[in-house]
Amino acid sequence: MSRDYILHRVRTSLGRSPSEPIPDPPPARILIPEVTLDARVASLIARVEALAGVALETSDPRAYIASAIAGKTVIASNSPYLAACGISSLPGVESGITDREQLRNACATADIGITSADYALADTGTLVMLSSWAEARMISLLPPEHIAVVPRDRILTGLDELFSILPNPAEQSSSMVLITGPSRTADIEQILVRGVHGPGKITVLVAP
Amino acid sequence: MPSEFHQKAHETLANANLQLAIFTATGRLKDKRVEAVGPGELPDYQELRTQANAIKQHAIDNLDHYLELFERNVAARGGHVVYCKDGTEVSDFILALARERGAHLIVKSKSMTTEEVDLNERLEHHGLESVETDLGEYILQLAHQRPYHIVAPALHMTRYDVAEVFTRRLNVPNEIVIEKQTALARSILRQKFLAAEIGISGANFLVADSGAVVIVENEGNARLTTSAPKIHITIAGIEKVIPRAQDLATFLKLLARSATGQLLSVYTSFLSGPRRPGEIDGPDEFYVLLLDNGRTRLLPDKNKRQSLFCIRCGACLNTCPVYRRIGGHTFPWVYSGPIGAILTPQFMGVQQEPDLPFASSLCGACGEVCPVKIDIPKILLELRSDVKKAETRDKQNRLEKLSFRVFAWLMTHPRLYEMAGKMLRSVGVPSIQAGPLRAWTSQRDLPPLPGRSFREMWRRR
Repeated sequence: MSRDYILHRVRTSLGRSPSEPIPDPPPARILIPEVTLDARVASLIARVEALAGVALETSDPRAYIASAIAGKTVIASNSPYLAACGISSLPGVESGITDREQLRNACATADIGITSADYALADTGTLVMLSSWAEARMISLLPPEHIAVVPRDRILTGLDELFSILPNPAEQSSSMVLITGPSRTADIEQILVRGVHGPGKITVLVAP
Repeated sequence: MPSEFHQKAHETLANANLQLAIFTATGRLKDKRVEAVGPGELPDYQELRTQANAIKQHAIDNLDHYLELFERNVAARGGHVVYCKDGTEVSDFILALARERGAHLIVKSKSMTTEEVDLNERLEHHGLESVETDLGEYILQLAHQRPYHIVAPALHMTRYDVAEVFTRRLNVPNEIVIEKQTALARSILRQKFLAAEIGISGANFLVADSGAVVIVENEGNARLTTSAPKIHITIAGIEKVIPRAQDLATFLKLLARSATGQLLSVYTSFLSGPRRPGEIDGPDEFYVLLLDNGRTRLLPDKNKRQSLFCIRCGACLNTCPVYRRIGGHTFPWVYSGPIGAILTPQFMGVQQEPDLPFASSLCGACGEVCPVKIDIPKILLELRSDVKKAETRDKQNRLEKLSFRVFAWLMTHPRLYEMAGKMLRSVGVPSIQAGPLRAWTSQRDLPPLPGRSFREMWRRR
């Protein structure tokens, strides 16, 4: 079997014997800067906007979304936070799907997908989404537009803080995805085109 | 007879359009990188490089340990790890699985590792449809070409080239607007994503302590590939393993910045095992194929094993004065530029690819921009020495030995050296260009020789 063959080759090439203990790895480099919440919100908004996304802070995300989705086909995740904000129950919003095929078909035909986010990263303008019963993978991926509602206190400084809170994301979910701006490509003549496979429009609402 | 490498280099040099395309594209990527790692954006850039290098060194030095740890953690999350010696073992595994599951359509996201083993051709040979879904890779698959650049695979093609390929292969009206070309690819590939039974991805990192595969991309095709079909197969080189998820805080800051000048790529997926109870979507089956394909050959040499630290950012290509002239398809294998010049001869054996270690001016730019601090110039030198050691007793070698002996003798006899210099100055540059050095001088301008040597000037001071 190739497993044993390859591991044997690796060991003999490195001069190691099976189950020989290893030296400690260099300590992980996790440095969390001190940044006030207000500054984090401002940085998140500026970074998302720099990537041609829309970002704003609002005390009433429901009202913003209600006007943004008028006349559109919309699917929302099963996030309790969206329900608590009154977004899942807005007229014209489909929510509560738990079947994979049904969800995929709904996402494939929707104009807008609305989700929450577990965290956001202020210094890069990034959404952090862990897949679960509340957040499916497809809602932030298949529709051409993605709206994410992030609770203000979930805005972290950056990657270092994220990996100090989640030192092993695999314990939480089979999928953690970091989303930094709209889907894009520059594969033809380096010309930037948004929305190649994922959403070309992204809106981040910072809510209480 | 000039080698194929030299021939292709000359062809590229003679193609003005291609020269402009390569130079502009790499120039833009290069400038964006400089900005993104500058003190304004990333003050601790050098510390991050040092850390990334130390982690890679540790992971490669103890590779067997981390491979086994990764394997255990993938299994603990319900996934499967399969070790593969070469491309045949990779395709055999996929073909058997596809047959068992009755699968016919495969969607693929960008992976240099699968390019190494010509995976699409192997699968298509057995009647499976395997579709590249990264826009650049999709265009290349239709055009039957291999990637021109690690990060920007279709860097050498214009919108007109793309229009020609699309009309010819997809039977669509001629379309030269890039946005519309992209939209067309999106709509065709969207149907493939929704119909495919298997998704195949590469991996930027394998995280040992989590049993996770990390994939970095901009388009969203890798997310679709890994989440829409019921089976997800990752194919990754064994060297991709890193100890901890926390190390990503270091690597993710370096990768996108070095590759495209982005702070982070649009999507970073951290995937561990199939979907779990309660999760609405995601694959039901999760496999990681760990490929050797020559990598273990690089391990015995303590210095050269650092070639395996590479995170495939492409920064060394963009900054290399040689790559920027001779382009990606001149290189004989999937990896081009400085990193290709050290990986290919080591994977294939130096006798197979003796030209590559010499395709460098040894200016050192590649080593300077490498985010994991691979000492590419030093490895190039060591490989040159390996090539020369392997090249025994043939004519060229004797001539070279003789010329170095003459040179050494001249250098140790100052009077004769001065006389030789005087002679050369009296016959002038044209004589050099017509002589046996013509192959070299035909591509390069020599400055006019000064009237007097430094020694003469010194004496008359």
